[in-house]
Amino acid sequence: MSTVVDTHLDHDDHHDHKPTGIKRWLFTTNHKDIGTLYLLFSFLMFFVGGTMALVIRAELFQPGMQIVDPHFFNQMTTMHGLIMVFGAVMPAFTGLANWMIPMMIGAPDMALPRMNNWSFWILPFAFIILMSSMLMPGGGPAFGWTFYAPLSTTYSTDSTALFVFAIHIMGISSIMGAINVIVTIMNMRAPGMTYMRMPLFVWTWFITAFLLIAVMPVLAGVVTMVLTDKYFATSFFDAAGGGDPVLFQHLFWFFGHPEVYIMILPSFGIVSAIIPAFARKPLFGYASMVYATAAIAGLSFLVWAHHMFTTGMPVFASLFFMYMTMLIAVPTGVKVFNWVSTMWRGAMTFEPPMLFALAFVILFTIGGFSGIMLALTPVDYQYHDTYFVVAHFHYVLVSGAVFSIMAAAYYWLPKWSGYMPNEGLAKLHFWCSVISVNILFFPMHFVGLAGMPRRIPDYALQFADINAVVSVGAFLFGFSQLIFLAVVLKCMAKQGDKAPAKPWEGAEGLEWEVPSPAPYHTFDTPPTIEEPVR
Amino acid sequence: MSTQQRPKVDNSKMITRLLVTVVAMFAFGFALVPLYEKFCEITGFNGRTSNTAAAVSEGSLIDTSRLVTVEFHTRVNRGLPWQFESEVRRMQVHPGETKTVNFTAINRTGRNMTGQALPSVAPGEAAPYLLKTECFCFQNQPLAAGDTAVMPMQFYLDPDIPNHIRTLTLSYMMYDMTEAAAQGRVVVDTSE
Repeated sequence: MSTVVDTHLDHDDHHDHKPTGIKRWLFTTNHKDIGTLYLLFSFLMFFVGGTMALVIRAELFQPGMQIVDPHFFNQMTTMHGLIMVFGAVMPAFTGLANWMIPMMIGAPDMALPRMNNWSFWILPFAFIILMSSMLMPGGGPAFGWTFYAPLSTTYSTDSTALFVFAIHIMGISSIMGAINVIVTIMNMRAPGMTYMRMPLFVWTWFITAFLLIAVMPVLAGVVTMVLTDKYFATSFFDAAGGGDPVLFQHLFWFFGHPEVYIMILPSFGIVSAIIPAFARKPLFGYASMVYATAAIAGLSFLVWAHHMFTTGMPVFASLFFMYMTMLIAVPTGVKVFNWVSTMWRGAMTFEPPMLFALAFVILFTIGGFSGIMLALTPVDYQYHDTYFVVAHFHYVLVSGAVFSIMAAAYYWLPKWSGYMPNEGLAKLHFWCSVISVNILFFPMHFVGLAGMPRRIPDYALQFADINAVVSVGAFLFGFSQLIFLAVVLKCMAKQGDKAPAKPWEGAEGLEWEVPSPAPYHTFDTPPTIEEPVR
Repeated sequence: MSTQQRPKVDNSKMITRLLVTVVAMFAFGFALVPLYEKFCEITGFNGRTSNTAAAVSEGSLIDTSRLVTVEFHTRVNRGLPWQFESEVRRMQVHPGETKTVNFTAINRTGRNMTGQALPSVAPGEAAPYLLKTECFCFQNQPLAAGDTAVMPMQFYLDPDIPNHIRTLTLSYMMYDMTEAAAQGRVVVDTSE
């Protein structure tokens, strides 16, 4: 494979004339540059959203109101959700897709490089608009990230207009990213890279991109309806004008449930790359992984109303959505089974990427179990809108999606930067994170079952001890991420051991056949794939 | 470049298809609004009940073998200083039997206002079987300052109402329509 790289050095000398300084980043159409931008942006947003979470937890450390007023508290819960979903997790996955998909399928770049530049660079503007709305009179959005009508229509401040436009821009960015991923995968695979030879990260992103294209336009429609209801006297969600506020929830969750799979399917791909590498065995059940991913994506369109059991649905509808939701446990179970089977009798080692991948499998499964509990209509009447729900989705999103992104960062940082992440610091980061994340989220199950409602800045005295523990966990988890920042900065500052082309012994895939750091241009000449690359 | 050339693939077809999908899904989001409305009207999902007059019951079809309890519930929307009540809280009816209930609205303010009552039925399953032959809710209710209006509502239950429905609740929410009425906006379509 080294011949490929030599060819590019000899013949493509014009490629190395990239602009320097700020212009390189503003005008770049290189998938690696854009991937880096996405990842750094999402890292920044992760700290911004995390700081907001710490404001929430500081207020909840004791019962009563101490630090912030309730309206600001509501803004914090809203902005924390929006920033983490649209600013941290989704751009991180898009960044990983930009960096890895072309290299994994043997393509020289993404199919639509100029659109790629645009889809990243509109994102900072969306978040500037969103966050600056907090400076408006009456404050920023305070209706929860789910912006239920009439909270976002009748009862919201004028910052709602900025919120709507910010969501529109984020949606356009995601849709452009998804189109790029689909066209790249369909049209730019190297000869011999058939669909069923693609690495699972590529497969999961391929399916995720279709989900994005199907539901982001629906979100755009919902926010548009909120905007016209608020400012242009329409009555989509206003019963007085013949509309229906429950319709908002149907439309929102028609987007919202596929959205949660958008935030977890690429994780499945990452973990399916890392576990075989460190178990030194091929992935167990490759084809079943692909079909399970597709099944989860398909089912995600038929379960949205499980977020709405308490709106007074007919029993038949409740049962339908309950059974459909429980059905999702089957393909998800197939995946967990396959990961465990991959490790079975493998020669396992526990480098930082593997540690995070293992924590992902265990903690994501805990989140899956609480998900099945929430899927049961009768018991959901007790759990609905309590901290049990908060515990559930933080287990799947923090110790699920975010852990998988960290695993991916440790796994591919040598390829991106050319330097090995400091193993001691990385392991310290892992142990601090995995312990504190459980101190943070596990006790939430209990206060939730005991009846503590979510999104409320105060609580009954009997919840005080558990909330204090949760807040301690939150601050430990938050500050543990500074270790991660240090590891990444050390790699970026070219400190540490130089990474070989393939730093992980058992790793498979085309990305390990190019040098570390990956040259600015890779696979200008397509490689030919004969053996399945998994 | 090297000898091994990448086959040139035309991306534009794929991009067009994907963009069309995006536009179609955006339109689908809006199409869900009327679809949802129709779906609710037909199935009674979400307690939607028709706000137009039904055909008068044929007296011969009264099912005297069972009684269904109908409860009435009234509320005013926030910011509407009206009193709005039904003369009875509950009554028992035989399916098919026509009954009349009077509702009273009092405008407690010093200005002329217009209200509009919107119905909802719980459980939603019962909604398609509650048929109103005459109702104040079919029109706006203009009410002068300090005035009282006694408003009749005549209804019967479709004899096909399933046996397991023993109790149903008809809830009215009175909304402030003063501004909309002044602008000549029709909120409730009574053309049928």
